[in-house]
Amino acid sequence: MASTPAVSASFSDSLRIQRRVIGALLRREMLTRFGRHNIGFLWLFVEPMIFTIGVTILWTATKSVHGSDLPIVAFALTGYSSVLLWRNMPGRCIGALQANLALMYHRNIKVFDIYAARLLLEFGGATISFSVLAVLFIAIEWMEPPADILQVFGGWLLIAWFGCALAMGLGALSYLSDLVDKLWHPFSYLLFPLSGAAFLVAALPLFAQEIVLWIPIVHGVEFVREGFFGPRARAVYDLGYLIPFNLVLTVISLIAVRYVSRRVVPE
Amino acid sequence: MSDDVISVRDLRKIYPTRFGENLVLDGISFDLAMGERLGILGRNGAGKSTLVRLISGAEKATSGSIHCGMSVSWPLAFGGAFQHQLTGIDNVRFISRIYDQDIDRNLEFVENFAELGPYLREPVSTYSSGMRARLAFAISMIIEFDCFLIDEISAVGDARFHDRCNYELFEKRADRAMIIVSHDAAYIRDNCNRWGVLHDGRLVQYGDFELAYADFKELIGWKPPPGWHELQISTA
Repeated sequence: MASTPAVSASFSDSLRIQRRVIGALLRREMLTRFGRHNIGFLWLFVEPMIFTIGVTILWTATKSVHGSDLPIVAFALTGYSSVLLWRNMPGRCIGALQANLALMYHRNIKVFDIYAARLLLEFGGATISFSVLAVLFIAIEWMEPPADILQVFGGWLLIAWFGCALAMGLGALSYLSDLVDKLWHPFSYLLFPLSGAAFLVAALPLFAQEIVLWIPIVHGVEFVREGFFGPRARAVYDLGYLIPFNLVLTVISLIAVRYVSRRVVPE
Repeated sequence: MSDDVISVRDLRKIYPTRFGENLVLDGISFDLAMGERLGILGRNGAGKSTLVRLISGAEKATSGSIHCGMSVSWPLAFGGAFQHQLTGIDNVRFISRIYDQDIDRNLEFVENFAELGPYLREPVSTYSSGMRARLAFAISMIIEFDCFLIDEISAVGDARFHDRCNYELFEKRADRAMIIVSHDAAYIRDNCNRWGVLHDGRLVQYGDFELAYADFKELIGWKPPPGWHELQISTA
């Protein structure tokens, strides 16, 4: 039963503590969300997989018009997986603090850690789902292997970054106002068709292209598609817009998290 | 400012409410050294738990400073941040990980102390309030702190549990600093060596319990019932 030192820790100590705390939160989160019943934590990626397969089947059956000669299966997989990645993150972070208020009594646990644990879990789930389905579809020859796997990975990380920054900001704001939770659902629902998941920018009329390219996530999805299909994707994107956007959003969100950390009242 | 001391200076806490600002703590200052046990009396809503939360670091003060030269516990008797869907064992594991402690040794201690038997493997949501209190206290005892914050611990559990808690806290850890808030005056009299009364956002400190208690009784409007003095004399 070691004593817990009160002296302020060095940076590397702090980093070690934070990793340990986030790890512990992660396990706790997994147990609470998935329990030990039936397939347990496998639901983490089985659920998004079911979603993605469903959408893939639906879009194949309706021969979804996406304005290119790309195979629909691959189109649906890249598009819908991206949506799951960035859209579920804010969903998990909104209200996360309220659900874990009691944890604020533990000195080492910060508001940021609660969000970080949930985001890591969400990122893990979406990534495993995407990779497993991709490998599966490639194996049964519904899809060809990606043209540039590094670009797919990079684009995936950019989308995740956007999702994390948005999620932390909305999560923090949701502690201050219930409106965030109420408005996020319609907002995310409306953003889905505009996010580039269901269309190629190049297939849109020029004036529509100009509008959708204001939405940062469209650039990420197009970048992933180019990684997957190469020049056939006719991708339109500007990382010079997406990356600065992510950076600014991250700064704003971290400020919001800090603002909330100073005002949080444990139950 | 020396180490091994908790120094609270001009602590103020204001909560925004729908009816304007509510000033809960209005300039609290005190020092607490190792071995000192400060018992704080106060009416319901006087700000006792708020003060404890501020010192525990769970909440930030509106202004003023808290210098902690020692490690401070979370408020004991509170649920220890249980996740109710999880089992007792999962909760012990979680706390052990957060504080970087040996999980197996902690589990053994909790099994012996909390006496929950097979229930330790069931979700906390199935526990009675007494069982929860036993688990919460056992978990509080697996992490060693220099200063323990104790918020109304006497409210839960049976006599045997109280004896075991008192032994763990006041005998095995007699060298530690403690801040105990309660409206149970006898508990505070028996277990503290410094006293304070919290009223209207201010803390008045006493070196003698009877003085503190006399002021506290006046504040809560306690009047001796008719015949009280005769009763006192006749029993004496």
